[in-house]
Amino acid sequence: MRSTMPTRDTAAGAAKVPPQRRGDGAGRLPVVTGESRPRLGRHVRMRPDRPTGGWVLLGPETVVVLNRTGHAVLRLCDGQRTVDEVVAALVADFDEADALTVGDQVRDYLGRLAARNLVALG
Amino acid sequence: MTAAPRPFGLLAELTYRCPLACAYCSNPIELARYDDELSTAEWQRVFTEAAAMGVLQCHLSGGEPLLRRDLPELVRTASGLGMYTNLVTSAMGLSRPRAEALRAAGLDHVQVSVQADEPATSDRIAGIRSFDRKLEACRLVRELGWPLTVNVVLHRQNIDRIGAIVDLVERLGADRVELANTQYYGWAWRNRTALLPTREQLDRAEEVVTAARARLAGRMEVVHVLPDYYSAYPKPCMGGWAQRQLTVAPDGDALPCPAAQTLPLPRASVRDTGLAEIWTSAPLFTAYRGEGWMQEPCRTCDRREVDLGGCRCQAFQLTGDAAATDPVCHLSPHHDLVTDAVARANGPEPVDVELVPRPHR
Repeated sequence: MRSTMPTRDTAAGAAKVPPQRRGDGAGRLPVVTGESRPRLGRHVRMRPDRPTGGWVLLGPETVVVLNRTGHAVLRLCDGQRTVDEVVAALVADFDEADALTVGDQVRDYLGRLAARNLVALG
Repeated sequence: MTAAPRPFGLLAELTYRCPLACAYCSNPIELARYDDELSTAEWQRVFTEAAAMGVLQCHLSGGEPLLRRDLPELVRTASGLGMYTNLVTSAMGLSRPRAEALRAAGLDHVQVSVQADEPATSDRIAGIRSFDRKLEACRLVRELGWPLTVNVVLHRQNIDRIGAIVDLVERLGADRVELANTQYYGWAWRNRTALLPTREQLDRAEEVVTAARARLAGRMEVVHVLPDYYSAYPKPCMGGWAQRQLTVAPDGDALPCPAAQTLPLPRASVRDTGLAEIWTSAPLFTAYRGEGWMQEPCRTCDRREVDLGGCRCQAFQLTGDAAATDPVCHLSPHHDLVTDAVARANGPEPVDVELVPRPHR
């Protein structure tokens, strides 16, 4: 889930949620390969979320409430592990996970976050 | 009444005082009403209550928030509560010592307004010499390691410079640029005729932005906010009335959006009532939460969950009925109020471009 704050100028130009936003990661998704070494974006923080007991990503004008799977992926994205290693670790943790499916899902997920600068692919 | 959802963002309008006099400002016309500002302790209580409600983002705005001497203290409180803190500033007064104090207090992100790409236009729109100092402040923000967003409010008098504006923001090394067309509240409403661009201007700007976005992909996020007057459907304002965000004005008035003080509903002040109670049950917050308030054509419209009926403040401003469909919608019975303004902006008659500046304070 994403919550976008109103675009606002100090002296207060646009006070409301914009009518149409273009550029929120629209268009081409970045390519995530097995050798990418993902980490959180330069200015992104991941922290526990008290009301849900889960985790959230916080960045400029961005809140992402992570589901358990999202957090399980991102806590492994330390800029050291490759995507393949992240997938291997996830598959080892979950009994019924199939490496091919998990790999596709993880690459897709990271690509979408990278398009929003929430993840850097390194 | 619909159950109260969880708010994610607090817009703390710390003061409406501002060294700039931009005619596109959406601050209220009655600025003097807000002179009795919340104290440091009152703001700290508001932040504490907001964090307890689940708010994750704290936007410190105004007016010019740097005019509050207690800003570092307020940042420290919000940051200590785990909120992501965002300073929305003209950058006037962002000296190196001030910036270092804010950095030490835990400020996460800085958003600086720039009025144009070069000093003559920018200073004319801002009403004072400010351009060079803004650029210096942007460089300081980057030097201190903050993420930088540059915000440019677009209108008839600067939109043709959009290419040069993007180039400037790129040279400043910003992470994000928000190219936001003016929305017509407060002083901008008063100046609408002089600010509303032509369709041709918008089309040219769109071409420039599309090319810039392709060129800057992966380096700088380019957010382009189009003017709703030129849309067929209204914006889903604030993500729904009192759904995700709330604003606290300098005097402690809590609002579902920064323009909501214009509506004919009882005020709700954090000086009298806790923020959570206001959010849950103050009439100003409950009146348009959910869909129960909708009239035709919204009530039975397939798009009501997409645009949420549009903007309540704009509906009230244009029609006198805050529960009316936003007249931006082509299905609104009052849509002519918008198309007339657009026709004037595009007509053969010259438009009076005289701007009424908001007062410096």
